[in-house]
Amino acid sequence: MIELKDIHKAFNAGRENEFHALKGIDLHLPAQRVTAFRGPSGSGKTTLLSIIGCLSRPTSGRVRLGDRDISGLPERFLTDIRRQTFGFIFQQFNLIRGLSAQENVMLPAYPLGGHWRVLHERAERLLGDLRLSHRRAAAVEHLSGGEQQRVAIARALINDPQIIIADEPTANLDSALALEFMAILERLHGIGKTVILTSHDPLVVDSAIVHQVIDLRDGCIVPPPPGGNG
Amino acid sequence: MNAWIEKQKYLIDFTLSSLARRKAKNLGLLLVYTLIVFLLASVMLFTHALRQAATQVLAGAPEIVLQRMVAGRHDLIPPGYLERIGRIRGVQEKEGRLWGYYYDPVVKANYTFMVPNHQEIAAGTLFVGAGMARARGLAVGNLISFRSYSGQLFSFTIAGILPSDSELVSADLVLLSEADFRAFFEIAAGHFTDIALSVANPLEVRNIASKLAQQFPDARPILRAEILRTYESVFNWREGIVLALASLAILAFAILAWEKASGLSADEKREIGILKAIGWETGDVLKMKFWEGALISQAAFLIGYLAAYLHVFRFSSSLFAPVLKGWAVLYPRFELSPVIDGFQVATLFFFTVFPYAAATLVPIWRAAITDPDAVMRG
Repeated sequence: MIELKDIHKAFNAGRENEFHALKGIDLHLPAQRVTAFRGPSGSGKTTLLSIIGCLSRPTSGRVRLGDRDISGLPERFLTDIRRQTFGFIFQQFNLIRGLSAQENVMLPAYPLGGHWRVLHERAERLLGDLRLSHRRAAAVEHLSGGEQQRVAIARALINDPQIIIADEPTANLDSALALEFMAILERLHGIGKTVILTSHDPLVVDSAIVHQVIDLRDGCIVPPPPGGNG
Repeated sequence: MNAWIEKQKYLIDFTLSSLARRKAKNLGLLLVYTLIVFLLASVMLFTHALRQAATQVLAGAPEIVLQRMVAGRHDLIPPGYLERIGRIRGVQEKEGRLWGYYYDPVVKANYTFMVPNHQEIAAGTLFVGAGMARARGLAVGNLISFRSYSGQLFSFTIAGILPSDSELVSADLVLLSEADFRAFFEIAAGHFTDIALSVANPLEVRNIASKLAQQFPDARPILRAEILRTYESVFNWREGIVLALASLAILAFAILAWEKASGLSADEKREIGILKAIGWETGDVLKMKFWEGALISQAAFLIGYLAAYLHVFRFSSSLFAPVLKGWAVLYPRFELSPVIDGFQVATLFFFTVFPYAAATLVPIWRAAITDPDAVMRG
């Protein structure tokens, strides 16, 4: 479903502090699977995730989404693809303070201009599915960490994307909440979503829900050891 | 089309909630902005209305006034001048006028004594302007005494107070009979202060003025158009002084607006990053932020202009009338007729709303074009 070919990403290109975050990544990510990128800090996990999610473009190499090459598309088209195809769950949740849980959930749908009542009902349903109906009107800064993450998940699902991208989703959660997140992940996989995430939390990468773990180090993929699950 | 409308509704909705979330910042900005518009609009409305009022008052003034000059100073018209003018073609009406100034040491104010041409006033009585009546606490039937320049004391009975709708020109006016005037100022019969002429054909005014200048080399003709021009430049000058003072306030506002509007807080930058990451286009972010600036600046413009309108036309420009009205001790109390000049409104709108919108858009555009992946890195 997603295919990456010889992906390079350089920051501060041409300057003294030029830095290569990704050095020739070749990867195939099948649809309706849960894939985790694992690696130490600075290994290129987040950069790879942002390129897959159309948040940034590779310096060189090709990205194919389905049968479409998206690596050379201008920003407007990338935004469109990002909006329709991907739902993001960020490590810091990135909710907008001062807005209610429900408003935050609805935000990604605003540029699509759908009917307000339909959008409202969809947000309600998602909040209900994630046991947040009673907190729908609360400002997000008044929610607990676990509740904030569930709002972020509902927001990622509002446009019904095929692919969910999660960056270190359990980094700010205790074990109980991390397990709860994994349960949600299982449900998402159950309804046919493709999930791509980064993590070095054993609770995530060692979980049976994760089908494929890809190890990264210094911007390159580390070949799986013989007999490993990657 | 429906989706487009829905999208605009969502954008406006988000803009409003965004404004509400930064209440302190936006209210502060709105307040200062409104104050500046109020100041500028007050000056503009007041001077414009004053000009209009002066033009209306002068509409009834004679086309030409002839004054005699001695050693470059205004002197009395001697007998015989009126008759000689009668022979100039095109002069429709001519009348010798009697008026003069009197300094009243009691209230330290100057009055204008005048003999009305079309009104009979009984000897020993006066009609006084409302400003003077207030200053001296006069009512109809009261007695008032003035010591003439020769040292003689004259007493008069107040026969009436001049109507307040003409107060702009009559605040310090004292109307009296010709006999009393001549006795008080010791002006012999046949002499006049100046001569007022009306001309049948307005196109002839300049010709007649040059004929008068030829025929009376010791006199100067003053045209109504020239008086209007003088008023115009005096008002412009006064307006200029107030605007120069106001420019300091405007500068302060410009700095504040730049600081408040252009320097995006870390919170706002983060918000823009989030919106982009979750699928908002750069254009959507710009539109939303543009609406924010437009709402603030237009609200400030409307409130400021409305407040200025009330200040000028309901509360008689109480804040800065002393600077704009002149040096008189007897300030006239008058209600200016509301006059709004479309061009002035447009100028004010352009110089207040446009720079603000521009100042806010540049930094937002800069924030909006950054890569959305910055959000991923916290």
